Amino acid sequence: MLECREIAYERDYVPVFSGLSLSLSGGDMLQVSGPNGAGKTTLLRLLASSLTPSEGEILWRGIPLGQRFGEFRNDMLYLGHQPGIKGALSPRENLAWLESLGAPGRETVDAALAAVGLAGLEDVPCHTLSAGQQRRVALARLRLSSAALWILDEPFTAIDRDGVAALEALILEHARQGGIVVLTTHQALGLPGVRLLALEPHGRA
Amino acid sequence: MAAPELPVTKAVRALLARDLTLAIRHRGEMANPLIFFVMVATLVPLGVTPEARELARLAPGMIWVMALLSSLLSAETLFLSDHRDGTLEQLVLSPQPLWLLVLAKVLVHWLVTGLPLTLLSPLLGVMLSLPAAGYGPMMASLALGTAALSLIGAIGAALTVAIPRGGLLLSLIVMPLYMPVLIFGASAVQQAVDGMAPSGPLAVLGALLAFSCLMSPFATAGALRVSLHG
Repeated sequence: MLECREIAYERDYVPVFSGLSLSLSGGDMLQVSGPNGAGKTTLLRLLASSLTPSEGEILWRGIPLGQRFGEFRNDMLYLGHQPGIKGALSPRENLAWLESLGAPGRETVDAALAAVGLAGLEDVPCHTLSAGQQRRVALARLRLSSAALWILDEPFTAIDRDGVAALEALILEHARQGGIVVLTTHQALGLPGVRLLALEPHGRA
Repeated sequence: MAAPELPVTKAVRALLARDLTLAIRHRGEMANPLIFFVMVATLVPLGVTPEARELARLAPGMIWVMALLSSLLSAETLFLSDHRDGTLEQLVLSPQPLWLLVLAKVLVHWLVTGLPLTLLSPLLGVMLSLPAAGYGPMMASLALGTAALSLIGAIGAALTVAIPRGGLLLSLIVMPLYMPVLIFGASAVQQAVDGMAPSGPLAVLGALLAFSCLMSPFATAGALRVSLHG
């Protein structure tokens, strides 16, 4: 479903990576690894159509991304380093509007918040929550969306051990239902069948 | 049974509600440009002259210059916090048309800056001894003009959002585009004070607003995509 053909990306004429090809079909999980600065976030933003590759092309369901942004973005959920959670809004308010941006999913906001362990905290301002709890608010979006492709940049940051297990279970469930998950993390994951992609720092002597 | 709501209208409505809620929660920040607006108006009679006739001559231009500067002050904040916390990337990557989301954000921006400024302006007219004939045209020109300023400012804010300390650059970019609004806004009030019909400059202001309404959302959406590309 998601295919990269020989993609390269340059930032300020410095290649970040080049000649990268990969193909993911429904049910695949891909863990992108590599040292800091290897271009993991850049690759994820390329896949999320936030950046466009300098060379090569990315195809979604066989169609180059540039032609059908609308359809692709309906099918994709991207959670970046900064997941767009407003400190002044409560978890419920944050999710209510973030949910409206994409394709509507199966669960209600309150059910999703309860599932990530934030029951009872729906109406407190997010800036009073801990870093891990704020990350959980963002991760609740996974339950609210019907997107087939999840692109998760460091989703496990600040999450405790139980939370990591719950998220792994959620990712496995999504893959079993035919979804695709691309994620970066430095942690060793308990995801059977996950594919690995190691990025090397490029152009360094 | 009501027809199901379109995803686009749902997204725009949710964004409007979110930005209004945020504006109310951060009302201190939002009040800043207004306080600036009122403060300058109180200082002018003290610093220049308290004499009514002199002030009346200055008032139309003064009020408009202050409105423009306070609009410039608030333009910078339009996308800044959304950029910092990653919301902007979510907006850009959403399947909904970005220009429509931008328009919703600008509308809220005008509701919390331009509109209160327009409603406050009679108070400033009193402080600056604006002749009675000027009040109606002043409010009309400010209502039209500040909306155009918000739309134009959005382009500059989108271009400079990813640049650290982009405030100065923002001023340089949007200042020339602000000029026609200032000229026709001030002259609408001036003409009314001088006993002529202000409809000419007001019509031009309306045209400027219509034109910026048409162009700005697309330019802003394009500029946001460029800014996030870095």
